[in-house]
Parts: sequence; C-alpha cells; structure tokens
Amino acid sequence: MNRRQTIALTAALCAGLLAMPATAQQKLKVGLMLPYTGTFAALGNAIENGFKLYVQEQGGRIGGREIEYFRVDDESDPSKATDNIGRLINRDKVDVVVGTVHSGVVMAMAKVARDSNTLLIVPNAGANALTGPMCAPNIFRSSFSNWQSAYAAGVVAAERGHKTAASITWKYAAGDEMASAFKEGFAKEGGKVVKELNLPFPGVEFQALLTEIASLKPDATFAFFAGGGAVKFVKDYAAAGLMKSVPLYGPGFLTDGTLEAQGAAAQGVLTTLHYADDLPNAKDKSFRLGYAKTYKLQPDVYAAQGYDAAQLLGAGLSGVNGDVSRRADMIKAMEVAKIDSPRGAFTLSRAHNPVHDIYLRKVEGNSNKYQKVAVKALADPATGCKM
Amino acid sequence: MDFATFLIQCLNAVQYGLLLFLVASGLTLIFGIMGVINLAHGSFYMIGAYMAYALAPWVGATIGGGFFATLGFGLLLSIAFGYLLEWCFFSFLYEREHLQQVLMTYGLILVFEELRSLIVGDDVHGVSAPDWLTGSVPLGDVMTYPTYRLFISAVCIAVALGLYFVLARTRLGMMIRAGASNREMVQAMGINIKFLYRIVFAAGVAMAVLAGMIAAPVSSVYPNMGSQVLIISFVVVVIGGIGSVRGALLAALLVGLVDTFGKVFFPEAAGVLVYLLMATILVWKPEGLFKHG
Repeated sequence: MNRRQTIALTAALCAGLLAMPATAQQKLKVGLMLPYTGTFAALGNAIENGFKLYVQEQGGRIGGREIEYFRVDDESDPSKATDNIGRLINRDKVDVVVGTVHSGVVMAMAKVARDSNTLLIVPNAGANALTGPMCAPNIFRSSFSNWQSAYAAGVVAAERGHKTAASITWKYAAGDEMASAFKEGFAKEGGKVVKELNLPFPGVEFQALLTEIASLKPDATFAFFAGGGAVKFVKDYAAAGLMKSVPLYGPGFLTDGTLEAQGAAAQGVLTTLHYADDLPNAKDKSFRLGYAKTYKLQPDVYAAQGYDAAQLLGAGLSGVNGDVSRRADMIKAMEVAKIDSPRGAFTLSRAHNPVHDIYLRKVEGNSNKYQKVAVKALADPATGCKM
Repeated sequence: MDFATFLIQCLNAVQYGLLLFLVASGLTLIFGIMGVINLAHGSFYMIGAYMAYALAPWVGATIGGGFFATLGFGLLLSIAFGYLLEWCFFSFLYEREHLQQVLMTYGLILVFEELRSLIVGDDVHGVSAPDWLTGSVPLGDVMTYPTYRLFISAVCIAVALGLYFVLARTRLGMMIRAGASNREMVQAMGINIKFLYRIVFAAGVAMAVLAGMIAAPVSSVYPNMGSQVLIISFVVVVIGGIGSVRGALLAALLVGLVDTFGKVFFPEAAGVLVYLLMATILVWKPEGLFKHG
C-alpha cells in the first residue's frame, strides 16, 4: 500500500466514522418521479403539492425525519422510465420513490423497484396489474385501481334500473380494464352489456360509434376517456341527442379537470370515483382549506392522492422511529395503517391498494357534486397477486 | 343495420371525409407544388384550433363580433404567418433533400408545441359555436345531428369548389400549375416564382388553420392535437396522388367511408383499415389515384 492509498483510506475511514453518528439526523431522501412537462404536467404538480402539504403540516418532518426531495421529470414516457428511476436509485440513493401518473411508466418503475427492492409509493397510475401480478411487499399505491371506479359504475347503473348497456372506450390497456370491470359490476346486479365498442387510442372521431349506440338503443352507456378525448366525447354525445334517451355513466376521469371545457354538455352526467367535490367529511374540508391557502389553487383528486402518499410514508416511518433500515417493520406499519385521507379514512388491501368508498358524483356547474356512496369499502380483487 | 342507420353512417363518413380534405388539401398543395415534405402541417391545424379558443375573447373585446370575426381575423393572421414562415424557413428548403426538410419541419413541430404550452398552457379547452349553429336536426327516432357539423361540411365544400376554380380557371392557378411542372421555365417567362411560392405556402397554412378553427367547437382544443391529424392527412395525400387536389378530395371521402364503416363492422381492426386501404391502392396505383396535376 503506497502512501497515497493510505491517506485515501484513512480519509475514507474518518469520513465513515464522522457519518455514523449523523445517521439518525440525516435527511430522508424522497425521489419524486412525476410528469412535470407534457399533457400530465398539471397532475404531476398537484401530486407534489399534496405530498409537500402533508409534510409541511407535520412541521417539515415525518416520522422524526427531515425530507430532502429529488425530482425527476418522467415526461410520461415509458421508454425512459427505467433510466429515470435508475437515476433516483443509483445516483441520488433515495430511500423511497414516489411516482407516477402514467400506467405504462409505472409498470416499468415497478419492475425496477422489485429487482432493486426499492420502496415505491404510487400516487396515481391505476393499472390493475400493479397490485395484481406485479404486487410486491415494497410496492404501495395511495390512489386507486382502474377496476374499482369502473366496477362501481356498473353497480350504480344496474341499481338505477338499467337492464342493458353499451360500453365505449379507447382500445388500450386502461380502456380494456375499465370496460371489463364495468361489465362485471353491471352483470353482478343483473345487467347485461349488449355491445362493447372501442376505437384506437387516442382517436376522437366518435360519430360512427355514436350512431351505432343510437341504433342499438341500450338503457345506458358506459364511457371511459380522459383529457381531450373525454371533452370531445361528452360534447359529441350530447350533440347527438343521446344524453336524454341513453344516460351516460363513466369513471370519474370522464369529467375530472375537464368540466370547464365540456360546459353545458356534461351537466347531469353520473360518474364514480373515490373522490368528489363537497364530500361530507371534516378532513376534506381542512385539506381543501390548507391547500387553497398554501398554493392559491383548488385541490383535486390528484392532490389528495399525493397527500395520502405522504401520509402512508409517514405511517411507515413512525412505526420504526424514522429508521428506514428496518424495512420489514416499516412495511408492516404501512400495511396496517389507517390513512386519514381527504377522501375518507382508508386501509390497504393485502396487495397494498386502498380499500375505499367509491362515490357517485353528478356534474353540476363546474363541479362533480357528491351524491352518495356508490359502493362501500370496495377492495380490488388483486387477481394474480401472490403475496 | 337498418337503412336509416346506414344513411346516417354515410353522412358521418362524408362529413369526416370533408374535414380531412380541408386539412389535407393544404398539405398536398405544399407537397405537390413546392416539393416540401411539411411535417409541421399538423401544427398549423393545432394553431388554428388554439386561435379559435384564445383569440375569441380578445377579438370580441377589441374588434367586436363573434365567431366569424375571430375566424376572419385568424385567417388574416395565418396568411401573414405563413408568408413569414416561408420567407424565414421554407424558402431555404426547396433545393434540399427530403431528409433535411423532414428534420427542419419536425423541429418546427417541437417549437410550436412548446410555444403553445408556454402561451396557452396544457389544459383542455372547449370552444363554443355561434348560437344560431348550436341546434340540431333530428335524424331517426333517437339520434339528432348537430347543425354545426353540417356547417363544417358546407365550408369544406365551398373551399373545395373555390380551390378548384382558382387552380383550373384563373391566371394565378395557371402560373401555379406551371411552376409545379417546370420551375426554371416559368421563371424564364418572367414570372416571380419566389413570390408565387410564398402565396401558395401562405394559402396552404391558411387552409390548415381554417380547418383547425372551424373544427375547434366539435373537437375541443388539447395538446398534441396536430399530430393525429398530420398522419391521417399524409395518408389522404398519398392515396389521392401527391399534389392533386381532386385526388385529395376523393381520397379523403374514401378514408372517411373506410374509417366510419370499419369502426362499426370490424371494431378490432379499425385502427389498421385505413392503412390497409392505402397499401392496397399503392399496390394498384403506385402514384396514387390521380397523377400530379
């Protein structure tokens, strides 16, 4: 060993010794992998705001630890997802990754998280598989599964006396998951889906399929679209004169964040989701007030999901007094946590997906007004999860 | 499918086809006459739609008038915009290879999308149609057909006729056609070919912008709306024969029919049917339905 090496080694040892006692006070590294540009930018920002709001409410510490954030823009691009999460894990050495919105991106993230045993909390993406075949002890979701909201729409449609229905959606993974969950919920209450219509993602030429619905004359229509597609579909549906003769149902995404653009066409549309405007619980009121004060913005379902992701992490950290090296105990604490969410308190299923009430909401003006609980404490079936 | 439904579907097909024609005609003009592959054409459509959304309040407050004032103002702006764009960028592309044209026009897409994001944001917006066009016509016993869609078809037909008249019956049209077949010869005859091209380009941009503006009330405006339109427009241009306005009209109607009935009869294959149509026609007629001109 030459002199230079000796010095280097000694220095490294000293640094190590110095670092040791500091561990308890060291900041917790949280990697936020969210869309900060592109179509989903607003959603990514809402999630981050919600997350930080909870941390701020706790006095800047959760589980006794201060937080240091590392942000990566995932651009909602599945092909970059593996590299992006790799950067957080390998370069920034984060303790936990929070993300993301896009289901395709999240599936790639989950694979990396499984392989590297990184703690992952998903604050939006609803792909069923995440808490199905891809489920793992270190993967949690604070949002929803696609199955939950669409299944509830099926139950509600049947309860409201509809016997037949047509479903219409884009031909892609989320669309298929939504349509089949609706069919399941509708069939369970005695309804029958007479036709499953779809068009290529992200096409918006609906006229031919609307004519098809008009000629089929079902009792109800179930539609799942999002963003620009949702706006155009609802407007076209109303313009085709179908709104009155064939009532429209959908998961909440059909009318969430799009009402300003949908305008009069969306009035009266019934949707199901785990969040709504004017929820009758105190937690939601204080959350909305706090959010509006901090960010001068009204919160939405995405902000609430970010807030709950922070709560979930907080529950895990509290269980181990902030010591993330006790991973097994931390996971146990998260699994049994009761999250005091703005959507109403929820617990996690065996597969780490929220078991929450799904609400029936009705579009009135520019809000999705709470009507009633559509299905109480609905748990995702977690098909394919071996845990 | 009963006969009434069949007729309504035919109407859907024609209506969709006509709107496609309006976007594709500008593309075929620029592509066929000037020989430039313009990938940014979809962005012009997007710009048009966003103008219908963003200019409406401003036009209403300063100039007065509703939808049509916005339409007119937007058209003037787009002609100026097209003229400027040709002068700054496209005039350097005529002698270049297709690859360089593709690179630059793709760059323009990115620039326009980013500008759109900075100026208007990433949210989805609705545009309201003028009041007297918001009604609908009853068709069959459950369905109604929005008047505004019929209005769109009428505008498209008017543009098609106007374009045919200018190209086939006027001196300007003659010069444009001559410029397309032999640039040097036209120049030698003392015609200012640069100016001519600038006009053609501005007209092409204006047609895409017009399509975006009148489609905005039914399609709403959202990020990346141009890219979807671009691909289908290229399909129309290739099927119709590059540079042929007549071909573009026929191809647009054909694509409208295949798309509409494909969705109804073969929902599983709806995404590929239009491309199958294109492949079939290219095998049968490699230069498209109508050869240049």
